[in-house]
Amino acid sequence: MPAPAVKSIARNVAGNAAPKERPLHPLPLRVMHWINAVAIFIMIGSGWKIYDDDVIFGWLHFPDFLTIGKWAQHGLQWHFFGMWIFVLNGLAYLAYGIATGRFRRKLFPISVREIVATVGDALRLRLSHDDLMHYNAVQKILYLGIILVGILIVISGLALWKPVQFSELAALFGTFQTIRLVHFLCMAAIVGFLLVHVALALLVPQSLVAMLTGGPVVHDDATRVADAAADAPSTPSR
Amino acid sequence: MPLRTRTLSIFRPKAPIDQSVLTENRALVANINRRGVLRGAISLGALTLLTGCNVTEEEPVQKVLRAVSSWNDGVQAALFRPDHLAPTFNAAQVVKPPRFNAHFDVEDVKPVDGATWKLELAGLIGDKRPWTAQQLYALPEQEIIIRHVCVEGWDYIGQWSGPNLRGFLQRIGADLTAKYVYFHCADDYTESIDMATALHPQTILATRYAKEIIADPFGYPLRLRTATKLGYKNAKWVKAIEVTNTFTETFWSEQGFNWFAGI
Repeated sequence: MPAPAVKSIARNVAGNAAPKERPLHPLPLRVMHWINAVAIFIMIGSGWKIYDDDVIFGWLHFPDFLTIGKWAQHGLQWHFFGMWIFVLNGLAYLAYGIATGRFRRKLFPISVREIVATVGDALRLRLSHDDLMHYNAVQKILYLGIILVGILIVISGLALWKPVQFSELAALFGTFQTIRLVHFLCMAAIVGFLLVHVALALLVPQSLVAMLTGGPVVHDDATRVADAAADAPSTPSR
Repeated sequence: MPLRTRTLSIFRPKAPIDQSVLTENRALVANINRRGVLRGAISLGALTLLTGCNVTEEEPVQKVLRAVSSWNDGVQAALFRPDHLAPTFNAAQVVKPPRFNAHFDVEDVKPVDGATWKLELAGLIGDKRPWTAQQLYALPEQEIIIRHVCVEGWDYIGQWSGPNLRGFLQRIGADLTAKYVYFHCADDYTESIDMATALHPQTILATRYAKEIIADPFGYPLRLRTATKLGYKNAKWVKAIEVTNTFTETFWSEQGFNWFAGI
């Protein structure tokens, strides 16, 4: 961890006035995270029910116990209920991430050297999760990527829902079945992300606890200093 | 006799607790760590959510889900662009014959006798005289080659022709400020659309598919075909049209499908 003196210098350089102390995961973020968890659960479960009515891949049929809703109409009801939670919560999250500078602090910059180093560490099973305040390059890419997938699944969902009213948008994808495929692949990417995300959260329980309690108290720009240190030619701070 | 400083509860053990039990089981206690508790909590939470599969049909849940579905009707009406045309296609892309879908199998289609069939008119309509098939065929025809989108997920390009619904409603003196147009069908199917959709330039009373008279399974002699609604809104074997301000549930909306069903 950088010394307090370094922090205060960095703060001055960044031009921030008063040092703000807050938990690693501020309360609004934790609330949005868990609302999103419920929304994603509803959207995937009901989406699988809708998919089963006319499968894209002959070999893939989701078993009933994994789907939400007794019949197709119930899957549709859940999906078009869950979409409001997912979209409104997602918009709030994006607004929060941009307005507070959280995305900028947590997800950028992503350096190629750091990606190589992290992947190397991961392959040698030496990946450290001890410092929850600092996302490694792979985490940055995954979190940024899943945000983009989240945006794409909403856009493709809009095109699927309203291929005539939003025909200009639908045309960007191509045929109606292409939109379905894009929407499906976004879901697959989210499911893949979730498997890793949940597995890692269970392997490093303090990260899960932090998402419930807020985690350690940090200075607002502590992570930026950590990032700067990581990008410096000297040994990374982690 | 010693002075009793406090009343002994009958539940209070006579002898002090044997602390060695704690020492012996320290390892076990330590094992009940946060991770285990959290894991349990998550599994429990997931299980509660999983019961969503079963609670869907229960009354309070259906009430909420159907209320949201009604709200979505309003959102879709607001999103509807009355003059925006659906994409059209060329004759080479038309699928022949069209894809069959109904709430029964194709073998169970009961053909309508075109010779005796009449289109009845009801509700807020000036001239309610019924129409024969021949009279309808004599009206100016409009052809649209549009995408049919089924709520199940499949789609195909179809080539439909027949009188434009807006023109027909004007001709029979229907109240175009009314809210709904209902279609009552020979198979006891009922569907309805909002007036804005009824007046859309790509909403027609189809009598032909790919220039031929529509075959029995696809709605002979008359069916609704609109470019701005899901497949199930396009009523087949229409025998009566009703213009009204009163909303009643339709065949699929009663089952829980969205009523507006716009695309």
